[in-house]
Amino acid sequence: MWWETFMLALRAIRRNALRSGLTVLGIVIGVAAVITMVTLGGGATAKVTKDIGKLGSNMLQVRPGQGFHGPGGARASAEPFEVADAEALAREIADLEAVAPAASRSMQVIRGNENRSTTVTGTTDGFVLVRDWDLSAGRIFNPGELRSGRAVCVIGATVREALFGGLDPVGETVRLDRISFKIIGVLAAKGLTSFGTDQDDLVLVPLRTFQRRIAGNTDVQRIYVSARDGVATDRVKIEIEHLMRQRRRIAPGAEDDFFVRDMQEIVSTLTATTRVLTTLLGAVAAVSLLVGGIGIMNIMLVSVTERTREIGTRMAIGAMERDVMRQFLVESVVLAGLGGICGIILGLAAAAVGARLMGVPFVFNPGIVCLAVAFSAAVGIVFGYFPARQAARLDPIEALRHE
Amino acid sequence: MNPGAARGSEPETLIQLTGVSKIYGTGQAAMHALRGVDLTVTKGEFVAVMGPSGSGKSTCMNIIGCLDTPTRGSYRFNDIEVGALSRDQRAILRRRCLGFVFQGFNLLNRTSALENVELPLIYRGVPMGQRSRQAAAALAAVGLSGWENHTPGELSGGQQQRVAIARAIVTTPDVLLADEPTGNLDSERSLEVMRLLTDFNQREGLTIVMVTHEPDMAAFASRQIHFKDGAIEAIRTG
Repeated sequence: MWWETFMLALRAIRRNALRSGLTVLGIVIGVAAVITMVTLGGGATAKVTKDIGKLGSNMLQVRPGQGFHGPGGARASAEPFEVADAEALAREIADLEAVAPAASRSMQVIRGNENRSTTVTGTTDGFVLVRDWDLSAGRIFNPGELRSGRAVCVIGATVREALFGGLDPVGETVRLDRISFKIIGVLAAKGLTSFGTDQDDLVLVPLRTFQRRIAGNTDVQRIYVSARDGVATDRVKIEIEHLMRQRRRIAPGAEDDFFVRDMQEIVSTLTATTRVLTTLLGAVAAVSLLVGGIGIMNIMLVSVTERTREIGTRMAIGAMERDVMRQFLVESVVLAGLGGICGIILGLAAAAVGARLMGVPFVFNPGIVCLAVAFSAAVGIVFGYFPARQAARLDPIEALRHE
Repeated sequence: MNPGAARGSEPETLIQLTGVSKIYGTGQAAMHALRGVDLTVTKGEFVAVMGPSGSGKSTCMNIIGCLDTPTRGSYRFNDIEVGALSRDQRAILRRRCLGFVFQGFNLLNRTSALENVELPLIYRGVPMGQRSRQAAAALAAVGLSGWENHTPGELSGGQQQRVAIARAIVTTPDVLLADEPTGNLDSERSLEVMRLLTDFNQREGLTIVMVTHEPDMAAFASRQIHFKDGAIEAIRTG
């Protein structure tokens, strides 16, 4: 009986192929939109997660202030760190691979007639360890240079490209303000972050050099820390917080005037953001599914009117109300289901193209495909119910007389 | 529903209307379509129902066909009180015991003759293989062997009505109800259809109740019942 009803529905749909096609267009677009959005959203999340993995997922940052959540006031008044803080971290916390205090400033870097605005960061040799950053040429600062605050620097790939083109910059000099710095190394290119900032647009100088000759103070703006492989960053984070509270003499119960951010946190923030976006886009797509459902209801009502005599004949032959009901309900479910299947194919194709254009991986999500099928079938049931009931409640005598 | 008894010596009552009235609307606007009709049809009879339009013959047919119920009086089909049945129970009664032939054939468009004839078997839950065998046999019985895959659009009016008759008899009903079966046909095709019906009546003992306003067609029946103003005016035999 169900099989017959299904075949009957297919025949009825085929009989009006063009009309059926136009009717399900709403469902097709709705489902395709949902599938595309969710698949691309999944791809973007995967890419962000992977990018942050490249940053070093065992990296933590310690900064004064209260992070991105708290009000700005505390941050402004929070004392910066000192080199001694970084040294204390390295000394007192086990399981740390490297510690790198850092301070930055935006500056012009000049070579002859060429100049470029970039970020100059004063830090230690720990920086490349923490950030897991290779050098493509030369070397990082040696202890002597760090101790005595020599005017040497390591430049990022973008800066090298801008000032030297294809030439080897190691051994050359550049000027920051009026001070000449000798280039001792070049960082390997890392490319853009997920946010689109260029990670290679920087110049590293020894921290002491930066403090004495550029900043004119002994502030450390942030401390990068990396945990040893296999060590849970959240445990390290708690230890750091504990130590820093002691060093900064924060009374028990008072809020921290610094914060430790690990990459997991950034990952989850970003993932949450993508998820919110995906949900929003999905909601918009769901609305178009709803509109598609109304289209189906409309056309089913037309179909019931057109086939009134057929319904009367079926009733005379012995169809019960529920037989007629089932016939039209199955027809609308099949109609919506076909729309859903077309939508899935279209959506996956669009997502594959979109993923390539956006440079994110294509992440097939079977869950959303099942959901789309279920949802379009549900649309068929919900919006087919009223027309089907209309058909089932027809008076057979009236229906037989209908022209 | 005792096939052996149909040919017994005692004529068995199949349809019994006793004081059947049908009133549409209420109060001043009430329309009396039937006024106390008494009618008995025995198994194996061929009855023609005649009368001008508005005489109540269609209403009477609808009641006999279990599509409608009497306002007053009793309609017993095979000793079942039809007025007491629900809508769905009447549908099941139609499915099991009745066959319908309409003036406008009422075949499904773009659906083959075979599938049209299979339709009542689907509602009876007959399995697919048996269904097409039965339907093919019914088509053969109306002389349409070889036309199984033709759709109504590819058949003449006479052929379409024969498909409809095949659809009505494929379930071997207790009674065939024909509502002006020749109304849309020319005289030659009409005679063809009438010969077919007479044949089923005489050879298979199929009970037939037919509405018609053509005396020529009514002449095929063993009994003619004339309606006027919602009541039986006359009954002629032979």
